[in-house]
Amino acid sequence: MINLTIDNQKVAVEPGTTILEAAKNTGAKIPTLCYLKDINVVGACRICLVEVEGAKTFIPSCVTPVAEGMVVRTNTPAVIKARKLVLELILSDHPMECLTCLRNQNCELQDLAREFGITEVRFDGAKSEYPIDDSSPAITRDPRKCILCRRCISVCTNVQTVTALCAENRGFETLIAPAFNEKLANMECVQCGQCTLVCPTGAIVERDDTAKVWAAIADPKKHVVVQTAPATRVQLGEALGAEPGSIVTGQMVAGLRRLGFDKVFDTDFAADLTIMEEGNELLQRITTGGTLPMITSCSPGWIKFCEHFYPDLLDNLSTCKSPQQMFGPLVKTYYAQKEGIDPADIYCVSIMPCTAKKYECQRPEMNSSGYQDVDVSLTTRELGRMFRQAGLDVTNLPDEKYDEPLGISTGAGEIFGASGGVMEAALRTVYEVVTGETLENIDFEVCRGITGVKEATVQVGDLSVKVAITNGLGNARKVLDKVRSGEADYHFIEVMACPGGCIGGGGSPIPTNTEVRLKRIEATYTEDERMTLRKSHENPAIIALYDEFLGKPLGHKSHELLHTKYTPRGVNK
Amino acid sequence: MKSLEELAKIRESRREALKIRQGVPSKTEKAHIMMCGGAGCISSKCLDVVEAMKKALNKNGIADQVQIVLTGCMGPCDMGPVAIIYPDATFYRRLKPKDAETIVEEHIMKGNKIRRLMYRAPGSKEPTPKVDDIDLFAKQKKVVLRNNFYIDPTSIEDYIANDGYVALGKALTEMKPEDIIEEVKKSGLRGRGGAGFSTGMKWTFTAAAKGTPKYVVCNGDEGDPGAFMDRSVLEGDPHSIIEGMAICGRAIGAEHGYIYVRAEYPLAIERLDLALQKARENGLLGQNIFSSGFNFDIEIRIGAGAFVCGEETALLTSIEGKRGEPRPRPPFPANEGVWGKPTVLNNVETWANIPEIIRKGAEAYSSVGTEKSKGTKVFALAGRINNTGIIEVPMGTTLREIVYEIGGGIPRKKAFKAVQTGGPSGGCIPAEHLDTPVDYDSLGALGAIMGSGGMIVLDEDTCMVDIAKFFLDFVVDESCGKCSPCRIGTKRMYEILDNISKGKGKEGDIELLEELATTIKATALCGLGQTAPNPVLSTIRYFRHEYEEHIRDRKCTCNVCEFEE
Ligand SMILES: Cc1cc2nc3c(=O)[nH]c(=O)nc-3n(C[C@H](O)[C@H](O)[C@H](O)COP(=O)(O)O)c2cc1C
Ligand code: SF4
Ligand code: SF4
Ligand code: SF4
Ligand code: SF4
Ligand code: FES
Repeated sequence: MINLTIDNQKVAVEPGTTILEAAKNTGAKIPTLCYLKDINVVGACRICLVEVEGAKTFIPSCVTPVAEGMVVRTNTPAVIKARKLVLELILSDHPMECLTCLRNQNCELQDLAREFGITEVRFDGAKSEYPIDDSSPAITRDPRKCILCRRCISVCTNVQTVTALCAENRGFETLIAPAFNEKLANMECVQCGQCTLVCPTGAIVERDDTAKVWAAIADPKKHVVVQTAPATRVQLGEALGAEPGSIVTGQMVAGLRRLGFDKVFDTDFAADLTIMEEGNELLQRITTGGTLPMITSCSPGWIKFCEHFYPDLLDNLSTCKSPQQMFGPLVKTYYAQKEGIDPADIYCVSIMPCTAKKYECQRPEMNSSGYQDVDVSLTTRELGRMFRQAGLDVTNLPDEKYDEPLGISTGAGEIFGASGGVMEAALRTVYEVVTGETLENIDFEVCRGITGVKEATVQVGDLSVKVAITNGLGNARKVLDKVRSGEADYHFIEVMACPGGCIGGGGSPIPTNTEVRLKRIEATYTEDERMTLRKSHENPAIIALYDEFLGKPLGHKSHELLHTKYTPRGVNK
Repeated sequence: MKSLEELAKIRESRREALKIRQGVPSKTEKAHIMMCGGAGCISSKCLDVVEAMKKALNKNGIADQVQIVLTGCMGPCDMGPVAIIYPDATFYRRLKPKDAETIVEEHIMKGNKIRRLMYRAPGSKEPTPKVDDIDLFAKQKKVVLRNNFYIDPTSIEDYIANDGYVALGKALTEMKPEDIIEEVKKSGLRGRGGAGFSTGMKWTFTAAAKGTPKYVVCNGDEGDPGAFMDRSVLEGDPHSIIEGMAICGRAIGAEHGYIYVRAEYPLAIERLDLALQKARENGLLGQNIFSSGFNFDIEIRIGAGAFVCGEETALLTSIEGKRGEPRPRPPFPANEGVWGKPTVLNNVETWANIPEIIRKGAEAYSSVGTEKSKGTKVFALAGRINNTGIIEVPMGTTLREIVYEIGGGIPRKKAFKAVQTGGPSGGCIPAEHLDTPVDYDSLGALGAIMGSGGMIVLDEDTCMVDIAKFFLDFVVDESCGKCSPCRIGTKRMYEILDNISKGKGKEGDIELLEELATTIKATALCGLGQTAPNPVLSTIRYFRHEYEEHIRDRKCTCNVCEFEE
């Protein structure tokens, strides 16, 4: 242990601990802006400065390890004055458009300005001027609001291993942008939105599509249906001021009705359907010598990643569309026929914890109903915004139920939101389909949790099924490289683009960090346990769907509506 | 190279051939013409003079009796092209191609030296023919530039003839690694790249650091505007760097070195490349050098030419092929340098000192200099001074000696105002401190720095606001943009200065500049930002009245600033 003094208090911490982390033991809160634990440790913003006895300059606490006998002061007048001037400098190159900013009231820069009581910026020199990059269907960049903290670069490069963003130019002209200031849409950006989660300001945000949804609701000719992704119910509360881990399923449904949606359906239903199709696909591949390992395809960020960086593994991807995209065509065919609605009049909205779904729904092949299957995809954050605009105090609404039939679901569909959930849901069904026996313990604990790469072997009758589960694309790479080299002998791999799975998706409420992710995961399994039905193949609405419309899993209609093809894209095309 | 004996053999035979450059007339050769091939002389077209010389020699049929050698920078750049003719050591300046024939036919063939090409001390009518008698050189002491008058930088034999690689041989065959470090420590050598950190200490830390392999790196980025001290060494004496680095490799247990040179120095790169090749051919790099079991080799890395890439962590990052940006320290390069491994990084001039320390011993080396600054320092003298160029003086030489004795004073009888040392990281020293000895601590105490050796003389016509603005403009452009105080703060300082220089200054601007300056110094991530405000602070310190005059009276006494209506 290293012994040091922080603000006159003796502290002992592990070697290698930073002053910033050590100071937490004393209750001192050192402000930070660029620092993001485990992700971005670069010492760029210079807000976290402290005084260290004997040092000639102030010391950035976020990057400086403690040393034996160190004497640290975190809040002397000199330190506060220096931090304040640094902040003032940052603000002097900032557009200060809080009132018209998506991050208003949820912005670390704004928070700091308030905490420091900044009332004046004494510098009226040049400001960085750049056009907004709204080329991407999912992510909007406004470099004027960028404080060059580089969190986005770190998450994109180190966590997601995509490297769509980098630092360009020098000095005051420095710009965080795609290489050569290319438009984001032209990059390998997989639209995962992790950058929007870590950005302390409004410089990288989800593209806001709420206006389209308001317009559809306002159009009397349109029959507007909404589907809500599994993770949204354990996230939305946060966007409306509730504690992380709050479950707001029923209230969300009630709120959506009050916003004016004609039908409130559940993507969980489509998740159950995915299990039917994907589970059977897996069995078919195993029994007929198809390409193995089979890799899940529910995460559109992952799909784009695979198309760019592992185009040689596209045959390993399950051909199943994501639940969002299974839902879309069903609404415009099955549901439209059932209810006698002209599919041209149906407007399908999805609420997702995900920015990549915005990209996915406008992929040209996603029109198997004859129309764009999902018209617009909103993130959980945008739904929160709509509720606030509507003045709906959703967290205090009475619970309501989803509409039938596309709102009926099981716990298996619900756990899709957490890393390992698809795998667990698939195992629950595959086991019973293969063995014909009832599964005694349906909780596959090995699948759960936030660990980057999880591996297990599960006995399904005579079959030992080897599986791997990854979350975060950097972790996916580790497993994929083994697949590529032939080193891996898995049957089935679950890949989720976002750390923690969809509950940590790029469209989640901010902040989303490990602590928050864990709470959402816990809530997800609580929700699963609450359900009476917890296996996809027992979902009566799914059984009816096959009876009435699809025939059988992997049948002709399924292929037409629920399966898809991928495009090898490569890098630097 | 298998042994010291083998080295001695090469040395002795080559020395014989080079005796003429020590003033000993030769039976077979009439003369050696040492043409300065430094940056200044190249730009004043010395290569044309060389061509003309060759022609004249051919015409007179004595091409085989006269050697023409293109040397490293000899120093007096404003007099270029310059040359020294041996054996009589005559110094010629401002040579034109048409002078070549005269030199060959009169001086070399008949022994009639050409008076009009000789140097005349300021105020003296009589020329000074011999290089050693010239006042400008007399006050200097050449340690780092020991070879620039004498050797052909493309010849390893020339280097060896002047005791080259003796130190490496001694280090490998007679000394233990810890003895080498001890010797360097005892020499008192401090880094010549700017910060003045003890070189011996740096090596000690790296030697003790855990992790292998270890690396030895030479910082040849030299980004200070107007500086070309390191370039003179790289171009004029590349083997001294190689030898110094190899000695360090032995001392710290490294087998691999990098020399990082800016792309703007193509000749340096060419000469280094050739020197590395020759060293390898002669077994002075490679496996089992001097049969000692020691292996060492060096690679050249070419920098993209950003000033900040000279900062050590940025340089190391750049060697790895990434954007050259500083990172926080600790970890220091001694523990985590290039490729995350323990690394010694020293400046070109620092490296060039090493062979001298090992060969002559720490005691002899440290007999030159002051108590805390040992040895010599190379400066690039520029600005309003008669003799501009490269000089090398013992530490502790006063500014007055440099300006008036070596530099020959201020032209056109103007009054001396200040000398700026350390370039964009340094500061100005006014006339009242002219008797300050030039060493790390004395300069630091005055708010300037030794820096890497830029020295710009300013006369009464220089506006100090303008000078501050000039340097700030440079750092605003060169800031890497990583940390907020430097990226935005220096820009704001520049804007305030710009306003002042245009008559748009406000009351309170000086105080705001001071507040920004002290805060940026104390908060920026790397040395660039931490020193960038120095030129402003030091000009405010000594010439505050000029700032006030600009702001209050909208007046620039020196008539440099143009005020907007
Ligand atoms: C902005 C900046 C630029 C620098 N440029 C150089 C340079 O061009 N050459 C150099 O040797 N050192 C330069 N340095 C200093 C190096 O960081 C480092 O201290 C030095 O190379 C160490 O060698 P030394 O101990 O031999 O001086 C620079 C430092 C800073 C902060
Ligand atoms: S990014 Fe933050 S500080 Fe900037 S305009 Fe938006 S809310 Fe305000
Ligand atoms: S959306 Fe994902 S891939 Fe695209 S820039 Fe952001 S982090 Fe990188
Ligand atoms: S876009 Fe956001 S996360 Fe990226 S550097 Fe700028 S402020 Fe930081
Ligand atoms: S001080 Fe300047 S050059 Fe150094 S890291 Fe900061 S921005 Fe870059
Ligand atoms: S939080 Fe430490 S430098 Fe930014």
